[in-house]
Amino acid sequence: MSPPVAPPGWSRWLVPPAALSVHLSIGQAYAWSVFKPPLESALGLSGTQSALPFQLAIVMLGLSAAFGGTLVERNGPRWAMTVALVCFSSGFLVSALGAATEQYWLIVLGYGFVGGTGLGIGYISPVSTLIKWFPDRPGMATGIAIMGFGGGALIASPWSAQMLKSFGSDSSGIALAFLVHGLSYAVFMTLGVLLVRVPRGERPAASGPSALDGVQVSARSAVRTPQFWCLWIVLCMNVTAGIGILEKAAPMITDFFADGSTPVTASAAAGFVALLSAANMAGRIGWSSTSDLIGRKNIYRVYLGVGALMYALIAWLGDSSKPLFVLSALVILSFYGGGFATVPAYLKDLFGTYQVGAIHGRLLTAWSTAGVLGPLIVNRIADHQEAAGRHGSSLYGLSFLIMIGLLAVGFVANEFVRPVHARHHVPAPREAADVARQQPESA
Amino acid sequence: MSHDSSPSPPDRRVLIVLAWLWVGAPLCYGLYELVQKAAQLFSG
Repeated sequence: MSPPVAPPGWSRWLVPPAALSVHLSIGQAYAWSVFKPPLESALGLSGTQSALPFQLAIVMLGLSAAFGGTLVERNGPRWAMTVALVCFSSGFLVSALGAATEQYWLIVLGYGFVGGTGLGIGYISPVSTLIKWFPDRPGMATGIAIMGFGGGALIASPWSAQMLKSFGSDSSGIALAFLVHGLSYAVFMTLGVLLVRVPRGERPAASGPSALDGVQVSARSAVRTPQFWCLWIVLCMNVTAGIGILEKAAPMITDFFADGSTPVTASAAAGFVALLSAANMAGRIGWSSTSDLIGRKNIYRVYLGVGALMYALIAWLGDSSKPLFVLSALVILSFYGGGFATVPAYLKDLFGTYQVGAIHGRLLTAWSTAGVLGPLIVNRIADHQEAAGRHGSSLYGLSFLIMIGLLAVGFVANEFVRPVHARHHVPAPREAADVARQQPESA
Repeated sequence: MSHDSSPSPPDRRVLIVLAWLWVGAPLCYGLYELVQKAAQLFSG
């Protein structure tokens, strides 16, 4: 499938809704927890077992983004969005079959493996196209799309819950809900497939970058630069710090104010979690757009430096003031979202637009790593502190100190980011085509 | 006096509005549900 070139007069403002239709759909992944209790009671599963489809989906997200990035660059955004649509929707359809026949392995295979592949390809599908359409505001453009990934759970969570309420929480009700999800998302994502266009004059990535594009680095060369690994550390540390709050947000706010005059109720804790989601989403578009004005390196100084300061505030003063605790947590979560949304523009600044989608895909392995690291640190330490007889805010003190340390590591890594050395640049167009022929990417 | 014979590109404004409505409507629904839930922090 050749990349769809925009006809004369095509508006670049048609590309963000195309990207959003994909990201708002695949963002459903973070609402998987809605299906957990019904699956557990209908199929007799444990909590660990019912989490399997989501966990496999996140692993597949990282793997397909990392290994499918070059294919996405080569075949263009329409191909990638079509693959994402087919995988994500058919994942639900296979899961529907699994629920209807009470074969749980089919749900794991469908939602986790097939759907998860769609998550990764869908996540990176619009990135380089948006950057090419908005060279003046790449942070804002990718911020809009990646905000959609945060917004997807906001839509899916109440929608899926309502559907299960209507269809019932037994296996046939779950199967029907999966079926409706699969079909609805297929229709919704079709907008992206139909609308997405690459700018006129844009050539396929395989023919090399234009000589007018400035610094351009291939995905294969990018992973051999220290800049890529510095950014990998930056993203991993920033995401780990955000997950440190996200993972245990509800019990955390309850524990912090358990001994006070106004303890936090379960519904207030749920409201806190919802506010964190809003901050996460707002940070994606807000901070990423700000990076177009103050520069990528500076915005990451803010994420990592001020983020560490906010963690210090919570650690030392958090239990004395509820507004201070809530405000600090909101700022940390806005930086978490901002870190995700700004990184494609940072990659574009360093490596150019040539294979920025593929490079972004490879960088997302930092997300997978952080997804394991963050919950591990917070849960292990909280469990140990509880076993040692501690309670309240002291359950989390050590975790917060570790988060401050991790953010400091990320801050230092960001300071090491420098322009990429000329030996990594892709040569002039004719030579680039020769290089592409001699080094076919297998990833 | 020169005449431009090439046809002017079609007006895409309606398409832009429809496309943004397509993604904006469900997002507004999600945000509405979120605000209702978040309000529990102050009332709960």
